[in-house]
Amino acid sequence: MNIVKGIGRFWYDFIVGDDWKIAAAVVTALAIGALIAAGTATGASWLPPLVGALVVVAFTVSLVVDVRR
Amino acid sequence: MGSSATWGLLTATFTASFVEFVEALTIVLAMGMTRSWRAALAGTAAAVVGLAGFTAVAGYALINWLPESALQLGIGTLLLIFGLQWLRKAILRSSGLKALHDEEEEFREQAEAARRAGDEQKLGLDWFAFVVSFKGVFLEGVEVVFIVITFGLNADNVGLAAGGAAAAGVIVLSAGAIAHRPLARVPENTLKYAVGLLLATFGTFWAVEGLGVFQSGGESIEWPGEDWSILVLLAGWFVLSRLLVWAAPVVAGRGRRPERRVPAVAEEPS
Repeated sequence: MNIVKGIGRFWYDFIVGDDWKIAAAVVTALAIGALIAAGTATGASWLPPLVGALVVVAFTVSLVVDVRR
Repeated sequence: MGSSATWGLLTATFTASFVEFVEALTIVLAMGMTRSWRAALAGTAAAVVGLAGFTAVAGYALINWLPESALQLGIGTLLLIFGLQWLRKAILRSSGLKALHDEEEEFREQAEAARRAGDEQKLGLDWFAFVVSFKGVFLEGVEVVFIVITFGLNADNVGLAAGGAAAAGVIVLSAGAIAHRPLARVPENTLKYAVGLLLATFGTFWAVEGLGVFQSGGESIEWPGEDWSILVLLAGWFVLSRLLVWAAPVVAGRGRRPERRVPAVAEEPS
């Protein structure tokens, strides 16, 4: 069990690092993007820039929250 | 894959790997120069063997178990999170809210820790030097492998990605062997800033393409202008990062002093 926990801790530290807010921001932005994509016909050219903008906004918010701590 | 994405792939894997190899070299040099070269090099070799096995298993699993758009989404998301961690630290360092990474300081800390450690021997090796070298090379190497696999699989060119990383490794090892000291004159903080921008750019590009898995047919979503949008994304992340470098101290409040460098117990991801 300790080995499993150790491996899990390693991957958490590796991917999420010392700021969980970035991972949360990215996952949230992409989850919203997934919902929009699911309800959109294929080939909508506005979709990628919109989701890209969501990611940018989410990162900015996470950094501002981090800096204001 | 278009030529702009190919150059981006090569630049990103080479630069990111270069930074990681420099950090690994510092650790191995500290152990070799203060404890035992035999143990330090044995730890390095063991880490390389472990990394080779890890790469083979991870690469095979990812190629064979996931459809393309799901692979893009999963790997793109991980790359984006990973890249934005780098970009966040680069922004904080550039704005003075986080201490700059100093390879000479890192070497001194590792060497000091090595001098204080005990003299345990296992398998005929200085065990402290072996373990620290193994862990350092493995952890830095996992980041290289991660970048090579994510970039390589998404760009459908693992060979080129691996080639970029290998070239960086050869250059760093050669420079280290000649200099016989940490490569402190490498503009590491600037390189990390550039790598953060590249990882964020390609992570955004691929993660959004991978959202096609949620649409009928499950095909990858195409960005307008296809590979040219990579340049637009890169410019966008760069402009945003410069704005945040300017704004971060203001948001943090006037009079906040730059963070003092705290001795590292364990090396943090870049």
